[in-house]
Amino acid sequence: MKDIKILGTGCPKCKQTTAIVEETVSRLGIDATVEKVEDIMEIMKYNVMSTPAVVVDGNVVFKGRVPTATEVEAMLAN
Amino acid sequence: MFDWIQYFADWLIYGVFGVGAETHLGAALNFFVYDTLKILLLLFLITFLMGIVNAYFPVERLRNFLGRNKLHGGEYLLASVFGAVTPFCSCSSVPLFIGFVQGGIPLGVTFSFLITSPLVNEVALAMFLGMFGWKTTLIYATSGILLGTVGGWVLGKMNLQNYLSDWVKQLWENAQHETEALEADAQTFAQRLPGIARGAWDIVKSVVLYVIIGIGIGAAMHGYVPENFFNEYLSGGQWWTVPLAVIIAVPLYANAAGILPVIQVLVAKGVPLGTAIAFMMGTVGLSLPEATLLKKVMTMKLIAIFFGTVAAFIILSGYLFNLIL
Repeated sequence: MKDIKILGTGCPKCKQTTAIVEETVSRLGIDATVEKVEDIMEIMKYNVMSTPAVVVDGNVVFKGRVPTATEVEAMLAN
Repeated sequence: MFDWIQYFADWLIYGVFGVGAETHLGAALNFFVYDTLKILLLLFLITFLMGIVNAYFPVERLRNFLGRNKLHGGEYLLASVFGAVTPFCSCSSVPLFIGFVQGGIPLGVTFSFLITSPLVNEVALAMFLGMFGWKTTLIYATSGILLGTVGGWVLGKMNLQNYLSDWVKQLWENAQHETEALEADAQTFAQRLPGIARGAWDIVKSVVLYVIIGIGIGAAMHGYVPENFFNEYLSGGQWWTVPLAVIIAVPLYANAAGILPVIQVLVAKGVPLGTAIAFMMGTVGLSLPEATLLKKVMTMKLIAIFFGTVAAFIILSGYLFNLIL
């Protein structure tokens, strides 16, 4: 099971990212938890300076931009 | 470069809609269509260019560079320039601030970045280019960058670290000057371009409504505010007009897209350019929503000192513009 976290302080881009990831996960039927992290102290633990960022199993895979559904799909396929 | 937009506007308004070029309405509509298209196109181009710069120099790289090298004062200018080319989003100012603190970057240098980032942003530059031409744009960008450089330096001299929030103060004391190497991004330039273009398009989409409303109000004011209306009140050179403009601007939270068309009309109707630029800087550079976000990392006192210093410098540059322009 994959553990996916979306890091962001609640800006529109972060919500967009969450929607894309959630949609992709359910469309592909991937066994994963998607969690939104809005607490700034929690976010800073990942050493991310530009939000939104996507963390999968503890690794930062995207940061500072909204990934496309295709990118998320490719990333989840690995 | 923009002739074809003018042809299009002429064709649409005078041809398709059949509104006469000599009528008040026709001229206003034509101005509206031309300005809106031109500014949206400029905005896309500027955001696209900034996106390319940012793909190669992400802000993490700036932090690592600043943490490793001694620049003898040049670090303020560098942080300020970087703030100008980084697309601004008020929600990322806090993570940026913490990231700089963690990297052991002096507080003043961090402030340089924080001041310039909203002040000189892609929307402001596109609007200035479209409405005032490249000379005024250059003056605005240069003065914004200088303001960030000097403002950050002055704030740095004040030893403000005691006014950080407690948890940030701890980070500050344990800052690691050695930052880990950046993971190399495997994407090639060609692979990145679509993403950058999409990012630019998203920014255009997010401000298009403000641009239309702003230019609409501008177009309406053009026709109905009498020529030299403001001359009487604002351009007599009274010393208090510049501070007043900044004080009005701070609580007025608007983005550059909405405020610049109005400013253009104000200038056309007699408001001195320096006062108008000070007003603009106060609106985009100092915003209450940003202050609310910064409360997570700074005490109220520090926010007040930060805003006060920046406001003072904006007022000073307003006077300076009125003198030299």
